[in-house]
Amino acid sequence: MQHTLEEFLRALRAADVRVSPAEAIDAARAVESVGYADRELFKDALCAVLAKSRDEVGRFDTTFETFFNRQAFELEQPPHEGDHDQTPGEAAGVADSPLAQMLLRGDATSVAQAMEAAAERAGVAEIRLSTQRSRMTRRLLDEMGLAEIERIIANARKMPEGEGLADRLDRGRRALLAQAQGYVERQHELYAAGSGKALREEMLAKKALNADGGIDPVDLVMMQALVKRMAKRLADRYSRRRHKANRGHLDVRKTLRRSMAHGGVPFEIAWKIKKVDKPSIIAICDVSKSVAAAAQFLLTFLYSLNEVVDRLDAFAFSGRLIPVNAILDDNGVEGAILKVLQTIGFQQTDYGRALQDFAENHLDRVDRHTTVIFLGDGRSNFADPRLDLMHLIQQRARAVIWLNPEPESYWGQGDSVMHRYERFTHVAKSCNTLGQLERIIEDVLRTYVPH
Amino acid sequence: MTISKTAPLAGEKAATGVDPFASVDALIEGLGSVGYIASRRIATALYMAVNLQKPILVEGSAGVGKTELALSTARLMAKPLIRMQCYEGLDESKALYEWKYGKQLLYTQILKDRMGAALADAPDMDAAMERLHGMGDLFFSEPFLEPRPLMQALKQDDGCVLLIDEIDKSDEAFEAFLLEVLSAYQVSVPELGVVIAKTPPLVFLTSNNVRDLGDALKRRCLHLHIPLPEAALEERIVATRVPNIEATLTARLVAFVQSLRTLDLRKPPSISETVDWARALILLHAKDLEPALVRDTLNVILKFEQDITAVEPQIVELLARR
Repeated sequence: MQHTLEEFLRALRAADVRVSPAEAIDAARAVESVGYADRELFKDALCAVLAKSRDEVGRFDTTFETFFNRQAFELEQPPHEGDHDQTPGEAAGVADSPLAQMLLRGDATSVAQAMEAAAERAGVAEIRLSTQRSRMTRRLLDEMGLAEIERIIANARKMPEGEGLADRLDRGRRALLAQAQGYVERQHELYAAGSGKALREEMLAKKALNADGGIDPVDLVMMQALVKRMAKRLADRYSRRRHKANRGHLDVRKTLRRSMAHGGVPFEIAWKIKKVDKPSIIAICDVSKSVAAAAQFLLTFLYSLNEVVDRLDAFAFSGRLIPVNAILDDNGVEGAILKVLQTIGFQQTDYGRALQDFAENHLDRVDRHTTVIFLGDGRSNFADPRLDLMHLIQQRARAVIWLNPEPESYWGQGDSVMHRYERFTHVAKSCNTLGQLERIIEDVLRTYVPH
Repeated sequence: MTISKTAPLAGEKAATGVDPFASVDALIEGLGSVGYIASRRIATALYMAVNLQKPILVEGSAGVGKTELALSTARLMAKPLIRMQCYEGLDESKALYEWKYGKQLLYTQILKDRMGAALADAPDMDAAMERLHGMGDLFFSEPFLEPRPLMQALKQDDGCVLLIDEIDKSDEAFEAFLLEVLSAYQVSVPELGVVIAKTPPLVFLTSNNVRDLGDALKRRCLHLHIPLPEAALEERIVATRVPNIEATLTARLVAFVQSLRTLDLRKPPSISETVDWARALILLHAKDLEPALVRDTLNVILKFEQDITAVEPQIVELLARR
């Protein structure tokens, strides 16, 4: 049973429920105290020890049901009750194949056990990709001795009275095949679905965001999860730094001053507390046609950042510029992005106009604590880029950062005025994969956000 | 931070001689006897927590009975409950211990006054120093230690129930600090050494998911998520909490609340709101749910103006839905 428990833990890990060795020990102890007899109790106990969040509880439930649900194996029973004695020819034909004997006896339990044993020899649990399924099935059946059966069937067909035996074995073989397929399918579900996901996530982090067609809708959910995790990681690191500054030493001067009230006895102790400069971030995101592919992603990032950074002012523009904080706060992630795109998305870009909107209505938010992040391609459709306003923003802000989804070699080509804007930024970087974005934002938070 | 010590009640079960922690079923019954209707999952998690001596992290939306579970368990075990409310900025000196600075300063003052008399007859400086070293050093000692909830919990020799409420409101640094307490049931005080609990307390942590907790903390705890209850369970809870309510009214009321939860509300009513509402209806001597009455008392179950205005026009329809 220990082996089964370990296999189950492996299946859980594959399902993205993180199980550390310490938890594995806890699981064993839990099982020891509740026993295997009561399935519900067994499940609840394991769940309490292993699943650590609401999502994980859901994944635990599915994995548990799949793992501990061995479908009843249905085999054809021997045709006639009295026909138990096989003809000598039949007996001789199947004598050296235990599998054939099991099939003929209709002994489902033995077949199931043989299949488990064969699966272990064939390494079915090592399955990684869905394309391996048919090969694994084949290997499993080979290990069980299918070749033997096929030989017996072929032999029997040649013999005059062997037709009945051949037909029965053939039906048994088909049932076995179906069963093996089901078994491999389950194993795949248990062990491989997760690793495929990890692989896809890794690919997504490297995928260019402005590639043709943008992000596949299938990957979108995964992408959003990835972005969220990334934003949280950044926020965690960044908030920790903020708290570190919040330690102090004894403030002798203040303590003495306060002690005056108590006749010179320092009753009230004052600590030197470093005043923490609370940074604020203004993010301005281009959602126009030219960045259509990346816009959705940039907004997702904005959304996640909005959830984790206290003082973030988010704006989006294509033709005009609007604040999107309220939209991000009030809607779920998909809803918010859709709403932003509906309101102002995919129109002609006009950087000059957008900058003007910003300068007219929101310039007072930019002060010497503010970091301004632009997310856009700097393609202004040959309209006036309003470099004067850019200059103004740069003068007021602590730092101006420009993240451009286009590679640097494209800057300045066609209607791109990226090089001209670049002069007024502290950093301008090309950033078109998730991985890059995380690295850059991290640099930004470390270097340009005061702490 | 509130530290409430419930007077150790004689556990009702202890009187009958049945150990409520012997099995999950006994635990469900035991919790029922102190007024907490537990689902099987809740009872199993609690059973595992007691058996494996692990803290238990309870999650769920506000008002589903997370805190109540800890209170009821304390009642059932007949042990004192020590409660620590977490908030942003909570630190060691408020959670663990603090030196009584004021008294320490007074102590040095007294020491100064007495010192002259004590050392007056010393023949020379060396002898005076000798005598000084001979005096007990009380400055950092137990009498000057102000134990805060965590320390108090570890010092309860007969064990206790420690409730760390809304851990998600505290800072990450504090979370890390809790790890030592939760895994080894000990804390180190630099001036005194390590304080180890004689009997490990049963620890409950509750979280509303304001922020995600760290993996290290989660790993040390058992996890329990309390969902909003099914109608049948909720009816039983209301019946237990509001003893003199009629069964028909309970059924109507629970059905109405359950249908409210299917709507898209900012804060769907949870169990505590249902119980409050039942109490309010009893006060008003209501026999049945009339639309007018529901409209007047809607503010008991819905806590947002938008929610109330959204629900008001649908009351009749919702009441008709069974």
